[in-house]
Amino acid sequence: MARLTEENVRLAREIISRYPKPRSATIPLLHLAQEQDGFVTNEAMEHIGELVGATSAEVYGTASFYEMFKFEPVGKYLINICGTMSCALMGAEELMHHAEARLGIHMGGTTPDGLITLERAECQAACTEAPCLQVNYRYRFRVTAENFDTLVDQLQSGALEGEIPAHGTVAAVRQHIPADKAVGAIAPEDVTEGPAWLDGKAAL
Amino acid sequence: MTSNPGGTWPHAPGYYTGDRPKIVTSRFEYEDSYTLQRYEATDGYKGLRAALSKPAADVHEEVKNATVLGRGGAGFPAGNKWGLTPQGVWPRYLVVNGDESEPGTYKDRLLMERDPHQLIEGCLIACYAAGLSRCFLYIRGEMALAQERVAAALNEAYAAGYVGKNILGSKFSVDIVLHWGAGAYVVGEETALIESLEGNRGMPRLKPPYFPAAIGLYGQPTIVNNVETLANLPWLARNGAAAYTAIGTATSPGTRMVAVSGHVKRPGVYEIINGLTTFRDLLYGEEFCQGIRNDNELKAFVPGGGSAPWFTEDQLDVAFEGPQAGAAGSMLGSGAVMVMDSTTDIPRAALTLTRFYAHESCGKCTPCREGGTWLERILSRVVDGKGTDADLDQLLEVGQSICPGEFPHASNAKLGISAVPFPYRMNTICFVGPSAYAPVHSALTLFRSEFEARVTKRNLIPVTAVSQ
Repeated sequence: MARLTEENVRLAREIISRYPKPRSATIPLLHLAQEQDGFVTNEAMEHIGELVGATSAEVYGTASFYEMFKFEPVGKYLINICGTMSCALMGAEELMHHAEARLGIHMGGTTPDGLITLERAECQAACTEAPCLQVNYRYRFRVTAENFDTLVDQLQSGALEGEIPAHGTVAAVRQHIPADKAVGAIAPEDVTEGPAWLDGKAAL
Repeated sequence: MTSNPGGTWPHAPGYYTGDRPKIVTSRFEYEDSYTLQRYEATDGYKGLRAALSKPAADVHEEVKNATVLGRGGAGFPAGNKWGLTPQGVWPRYLVVNGDESEPGTYKDRLLMERDPHQLIEGCLIACYAAGLSRCFLYIRGEMALAQERVAAALNEAYAAGYVGKNILGSKFSVDIVLHWGAGAYVVGEETALIESLEGNRGMPRLKPPYFPAAIGLYGQPTIVNNVETLANLPWLARNGAAAYTAIGTATSPGTRMVAVSGHVKRPGVYEIINGLTTFRDLLYGEEFCQGIRNDNELKAFVPGGGSAPWFTEDQLDVAFEGPQAGAAGSMLGSGAVMVMDSTTDIPRAALTLTRFYAHESCGKCTPCREGGTWLERILSRVVDGKGTDADLDQLLEVGQSICPGEFPHASNAKLGISAVPFPYRMNTICFVGPSAYAPVHSALTLFRSEFEARVTKRNLIPVTAVSQ
């Protein structure tokens, strides 16, 4: 499969340049790889290792710790249903059963058409809006069985195409630091003095 | 899909305003609260100007005098935390903990989604006051909208000269770098957050020696502050420490964001006055949750996020204030209350939390890695009706291997037990292991009969021989 594309290498270098040590960019670059291919490929991890100065095993070591990184293809839409306390108190278990029945798959499975992967998730920080779920990390709140069916209909018909990007893209907006405004990342060992504004006087 | 009384679906529910002082949620009422235009029109970046007009040490002093308590869980005053960095060691960094994922908690997500410029301004004031030369803003991986809003706000702020080189034309220069995680609860622990930011598996470091203020990111002095803590700083810089301490109590000044979820009539996130509001106010007050759903009886509530030992109606008059909650046998943690009514199946409810912590154990410390899983398995067995009475003692025994000695719990008049105050002792580096035990211990201490009703007495299990 795929190493990072030329455009993504450019983005990767921009991200790396913000950190005093390149390896700090590992997780953002893994997201970039997942955005490109829908999951994280071995080739991408090898490429990321070359970019940040790590072996592919080290990159995999980091990647495998984090829930969001997938190492095999998943559905275009990943539906995470929260099952932690507040959601459970408000009917998350029932919602999960309904979801499994509606899609004909178990938690962790993908529909045969490759459209939807269903997962049980832990607390999504929307506890007052229980039960909640995320579709590719976009929220749906106070979800009833009917709501869930509508959501599936919409995903199947392509009605949410514009609102929800395919699995891999989390944030659709990126930070860009303009070159003329950037202070720049300096390796800590190259910094010998304290900040200029600590001279006992007001900065303005 | 579904309407939400707290705001427009799908991105803005949850928050309820009220006739109370607003320090961090003052802009939430505006549809465009996250834009630079709205921010500038509502006193935005005036706190930064006020701060830069004073020597950095004076700003630090002001934050110290205001006693801005950390809002992430531990409640340590931010001004004092900044003072723990060793003298003359450079560079120092600011790492913003936006990896909010404690069960029941959400306030940082709203602060990032609805008022990202306030957070950015808070970061700038902290960097200026404490001499921190680079800021990393770590946002939880699953929070797509928060990441987008903060990224857009940072792009606006750079373009307008609020962030970057020579801020507002002064000698103060700092970059704010947006960083995002990829799904791991334990990364909310500050040393694990630093590991993750260095590109590693997010496993906590042993303290000592790895106190971030001394040995943090890249081995340099590092301040790790929670989003809500930093969001307080613009208001404080504009209005001064005296105005800040005039709200709340002497030991807990200012306000706090609290999320109340579960079986209440109006679950929501509320900015409350620190130290004065009681749990009774929160759960039953007209301006807050307005009572238990269907007017059911209250059975129990978790007062401070999934890690906290449980309270019952006996603790309703405890004020939302760290030392009071601690003496009563629990903690306030990250400002999250989860309410269970009389219809709640307590063993099952406890299992939803224990499963969470068992799942989120990073695997570094054996008592948590093994113990958390044991707790989950034994509890599952009991919930499924396949447990024996020996399992209940086994749960407590496993808990003892994570947290030796008496574990904190609330008093209960009906059961005739008195409170064991916070904190607990622990055999693990961080709080994930003890947190797996807390719901089990609380549920077993306060509602043991519900467990007993579900298990078979071991001596009643018929013994059948393999052969005759």
